[in-house]
Amino acid sequence: MKTCLVVDDSSVIRKVARRILEGLDFEITEAEDGEKALEVCKRGLPDAVLLDWNMPVMDGYEFLRNLRRMPGGDVPKVVFCTTENDVAHIARALHAGANEYIMKPFDKEIVSAKFHEVGLI
Amino acid sequence: MTPVDYEFLRKFLKERSGLDLSADKQYLVESRLIPLARKSNLAGIDELVQKIKSGAAGLASEVVEAMTTNETFFFRDKIPFDHLREAIIPELMQARAGRRSLRIWCAAASTGQEPYSIAMCLKEMGAALAGWRIEIIGTDISQQVLEKSKSGIYSQFEVQRGLPIQLLVKYFKQVGEMWQISPEIRSMIQYRPLNLLQDFGSMGKFDLIFCRNVLIYFDQDMKTQIFGRLAKAMEPDGFLALGAAETVVGLTDAFKPHPDRRGVYRPNLLRASPSIVPGMQQPLKAAASPAR
Repeated sequence: MKTCLVVDDSSVIRKVARRILEGLDFEITEAEDGEKALEVCKRGLPDAVLLDWNMPVMDGYEFLRNLRRMPGGDVPKVVFCTTENDVAHIARALHAGANEYIMKPFDKEIVSAKFHEVGLI
Repeated sequence: MTPVDYEFLRKFLKERSGLDLSADKQYLVESRLIPLARKSNLAGIDELVQKIKSGAAGLASEVVEAMTTNETFFFRDKIPFDHLREAIIPELMQARAGRRSLRIWCAAASTGQEPYSIAMCLKEMGAALAGWRIEIIGTDISQQVLEKSKSGIYSQFEVQRGLPIQLLVKYFKQVGEMWQISPEIRSMIQYRPLNLLQDFGSMGKFDLIFCRNVLIYFDQDMKTQIFGRLAKAMEPDGFLALGAAETVVGLTDAFKPHPDRRGVYRPNLLRASPSIVPGMQQPLKAAASPAR
């Protein structure tokens, strides 16, 4: 079973994402900010990360840059999932090594399409 | 809705658009036509039927439009676009190296995602096609969806279904809450209204026809008839792409499946009249159940 780390400061969003991704046969771990997500990654890298941008302590962008510098950190597929929906943000995310980008609000179809796009499904 | 009204609408829709409704699709008709009746200040479907019977042409085409299914998304099913990139276009480029031009037809273009996906695919092939004259024609029975296609404007929801993020950033511009595809891609496609039940001989010959997820709404005879006319609208070495749940098998001998590209068909140049191929008539009947 593939693993996905869901990083979002909203427990409601994490719950919705968990339900969708479990439906797509992923095993889920959750983190509420970038720093906690990095700790999870240090214990073991997931196959996928669904990543919010704006979070307290460490935001998603910083997390991504840190992840990509870790040994093996280039392997997990990172899909942003954020309300930041302008081209500038998307371009920055891709430049920092994001594989896909979901603009909130999202639903099962979008998550499934994007995970398909990066070869996770 | 009374059984009589339902029967009238079934017959009407079949004649006008080829839509083949089974006897139990009342809920579908009601869910699409009750809102239309309300919008037109009519009491209900019975009054709508009365108006059509008395010759209200505008309302009649609105009923046809309301009953068409326009579901589509960018790079739908993905695989046909892999075939396009990896097999169809490379083969056509070889075959057309002399004239350096391609004619492509999306026969049920809906809201434009399919022709735009093809256009982006070709653009992404870059230098290989530089200097080629490429004509992409998108047709649909519904005027409403053609207008949307032409505008090239899609909601945030629509651009997230099937469209890779890199292509969104590269070919779309944000317009308020919406996303508009670039003039460069838009200018590659011409949109025209067309009912597949009517003659399309005037459109000329195509190297590639996408006719996906529209024939499923037609009955067997109409499918056979349309395949026959599609074959005539195609170059002898052209390609036909059908939807994932569609096939020519058992319906026509005008096309044959591509040996290793699922969903892709080629004109069957060796087709013979049934009289000299014994047994041809039988499979036509035997395989008459839809492959959904």
